[in-house]
Amino acid sequence: MSAFLKLLFRNRLAGAGAVVLAIIVVLVLLTPVLPLQPPNVTDTADRFLRPFSEGHLLGTDHLGRDLLSRLLWGTRLSLAVGFAAAIVAAVLGAAVGIIAGYFGGRIDNTIMRGIDMLMAFPYILLALAIVAALGPGLMNALIAVAAVNIPFFARNIRGITVGLAGKEFVDAARLAGLGHGRILLFELLPNVVPVIVIAMSTTIGWMILETAGLSFLGLGSQPPQADLGSMLGEARSAMITAPHTSVVPGAMILLIVMSINLLGDGVRDALDPRLKSGALSRPMAATLVERERVPEARGEGLLDIQELQTQFHVGRRIYRAVDGVSLTLEPGESLGIIGESGSGKSVTALSVMGLVASPPGVITGGAARYKGQDLIGAKYPRLRSLRGDRIAYIFQDPLSTLHPLYRVGDQLAEAILSHHSVSKAEAMQRAVGLLEDVRIPNAENRARAYPHELSGGMRQRVGIAMALANEPDIIIADEPTTALDVTVQAQILALLDDLRRDRGLAILFITHDFGVVGQLCDRVAVMYAGRIVEEGPTAEVLDDPAHPYTARLIACVPELGQGRREMAAIPGLPPAVDNLPEGCAFAPRCDKATPACRAGDIPLAGTERRRVRCIHPETDVEAVA
Amino acid sequence: MSTALKAAGLEKTFAVGKPLFGPPKGLVRAVRPTTLEVGTGETLGIVGESGCGKSTLARMLVGLLAPSAGTIEIEGEALNRADPAEFGRRIQYVFQDPISSLNPRKTIRQIMEVPLRRLHGMGRPAREQRIREIFDSVNLREEFLDRYPHEFSGGQAQRIGVARALAAAARILVLDEPVSALDVSVQAQVLNLLARLRGEFNLTYLFISHDLAVVEAVSDRIVVLYFGAVVESGPAERVFSTPRHPYTRLLAQSAPVPGRPLTAPEQKDTELPDPLNPPPGCAFANRCPRATDICRQEDPALRPMGGDQFAACHHPHEV
Repeated sequence: MSAFLKLLFRNRLAGAGAVVLAIIVVLVLLTPVLPLQPPNVTDTADRFLRPFSEGHLLGTDHLGRDLLSRLLWGTRLSLAVGFAAAIVAAVLGAAVGIIAGYFGGRIDNTIMRGIDMLMAFPYILLALAIVAALGPGLMNALIAVAAVNIPFFARNIRGITVGLAGKEFVDAARLAGLGHGRILLFELLPNVVPVIVIAMSTTIGWMILETAGLSFLGLGSQPPQADLGSMLGEARSAMITAPHTSVVPGAMILLIVMSINLLGDGVRDALDPRLKSGALSRPMAATLVERERVPEARGEGLLDIQELQTQFHVGRRIYRAVDGVSLTLEPGESLGIIGESGSGKSVTALSVMGLVASPPGVITGGAARYKGQDLIGAKYPRLRSLRGDRIAYIFQDPLSTLHPLYRVGDQLAEAILSHHSVSKAEAMQRAVGLLEDVRIPNAENRARAYPHELSGGMRQRVGIAMALANEPDIIIADEPTTALDVTVQAQILALLDDLRRDRGLAILFITHDFGVVGQLCDRVAVMYAGRIVEEGPTAEVLDDPAHPYTARLIACVPELGQGRREMAAIPGLPPAVDNLPEGCAFAPRCDKATPACRAGDIPLAGTERRRVRCIHPETDVEAVA
Repeated sequence: MSTALKAAGLEKTFAVGKPLFGPPKGLVRAVRPTTLEVGTGETLGIVGESGCGKSTLARMLVGLLAPSAGTIEIEGEALNRADPAEFGRRIQYVFQDPISSLNPRKTIRQIMEVPLRRLHGMGRPAREQRIREIFDSVNLREEFLDRYPHEFSGGQAQRIGVARALAAAARILVLDEPVSALDVSVQAQVLNLLARLRGEFNLTYLFISHDLAVVEAVSDRIVVLYFGAVVESGPAERVFSTPRHPYTRLLAQSAPVPGRPLTAPEQKDTELPDPLNPPPGCAFANRCPRATDICRQEDPALRPMGGDQFAACHHPHEV
């Protein structure tokens, strides 16, 4: 709750709205005990007194009634009706929406078409019709305003519920013996309450305006009872001669609606889960770089990553996602980075081209040199000209990396056109050629397909084709086969291997799968908690792992053909990278750990060919070389 | 060994593109008539690629989805109506995504109490006692009970999922890809826990996975699904080492093994059959190197191949 208030008041305007609204609410709550003149007593001798007259701070109206008193009593009424209407609309709308969203199918169809019909009428006309049918009166105005706003809530809540109803926890609740009613009330409702609150906070202002509008037309509060709308309505005829009679209620409406809307926007922003993670804005075009010093160029390799450090700054916490990673990639080489989730392998790959989202990502040290030129801290136009041209990426989920509304051929052509000035027709022709290169049958036709019309394996081929579009020197593939079935994975891996040999591509291959690394990569680097713990030729690392973590991780992987058995496990969990232990990050899970492992930094030691970050390695890496 | 679960001729057809009135545009046979039998205390592995119908089959077996045809018998009792509460006492489901299977707005204690209260009508002291016992047996600390799901790692959340299934006191668990969302080092922890629980409570498992090595490591028997139907079944140690159906053989050859040279085990342009317009005859025929004319005309039935192995193939591989 206090976190919520802090977020809310970080938005100055919302804070101001909250203060103004609080003052108004306190005033109207105190109205019955304030020393005010009675609001409905007429005194025609003193009509149209100006503000600041004796005994009448805000003057009097056309019947000589005290305006201040009428304003406070009227505001009280208007606020009460507005809030009541909002609550009625929210309860009914949410009930309708949650039922439609949960049951789906025919029930959903019937309910939502009814809601659509309600929405088809302009809301003020509908409200007028309802009041006309029920007769004028404040209660009927409330009913009309609530009814008119039900569709807004119903549609919002239905949308959220449809997403939730497909979640596995709903199935689990059914299997735990809950009926539909209980699932709606106890499983789904708590999850949609924030949405209801957001929707209410942004619509209450409207509802107060709508109620005032009906009263203004004489359909809401009946004389002599004052509310803001009827005060305006009665002052209408004297607008020129006694403007203060309209200005006073008008200003109050303005204050109320403005303050509620400002506060409502603040509440919405504070409750929005995307803002809770600290990402208040869109990510920048390139990762933020805050380096104190740049390492000396070593002049090695096609791509040379040196002591790379990438961190995530969330609030006061610092997550050291990548902590001093050095790697080199030669032309035509395939280098694997292997690690579990959270080990920093993907962040390493994304840092090279400044693709880590900022905020919260910050590159705090190191360099990544492509042909000797540092990419980290390079100007955005330079990065952009290299992205997808010299260094291309293949991502895990081709469905979310391809744009769903464009044909795959057009997307491929766009990738070519953004780096080469060729004609559209020529780009399209090359796109079809690329699809043939990745062995998509019937490429000419498939170029006209939308991503959802292709199978997962075909989509990933399109993703590979796009990476190849500008004949890059380096492809960075981030778990490109993880979302695919084994038979498809085998095809994609074989394709990548062929392409690499045919075109002399260098591949940086990120994966968690030893089987995949073993088949495709020449060298492999094993990452744990943001650091490389072992590096060397793939076959040597797999057959003869030196770091205890590598050894035990390999033992965890079941292999086909070993039959039924107990599986090796590593006890405990990888450490959180915002709170790393001193010394070796693996020591708490390692059975060879000694006090020396927990003190001081352990270097990545060994030969050019084979290195390990361990004081008690499983094998002597220097002897092997 | 008594029979824990028996499904006969189980079938599910979905209507596609159904307008408000009138007949649907097409029918997809997600699960074609399938017969399964699992003995008490046995682990049956179910293997297949995405879209083969394994999750649809599993959802029918726990009563979350009404079958289009066929019968389900659990512990000798026929359950004819898809009522998850009725099924829930006998058979439970452990979901693939451990975090999304826990309601984000409820504490673990609230989640654990539901099956105890709704399925078994336990009072408060009895519930607390039972939750303590279960948490103890899945190696979770009691202080976790008052936390919310997002505070847990995937492995812990999956153990909570298993604990919830145990709370229902069901003796059969359907494990739907229970470890595929987990890292390998944690995957083994959960698999070993499942193995221990099976022995301790004499549980019966249906273990669904796309990872052949994991399935082989935990199962007694394995069935292989392709395009909504069982194409091969048999003892775990034989199905992948001596596959009879060409599809099983393709699966086994596709699993990446370090050191094996990279060659695509089949034609690079093959595609799955279209579910809206299934081919006549064997669904695998257009990917199969052994297919002949009969394969494209006649759908092969599951028949014994010796050594407790069954395969639905006109031209099975020899041992």
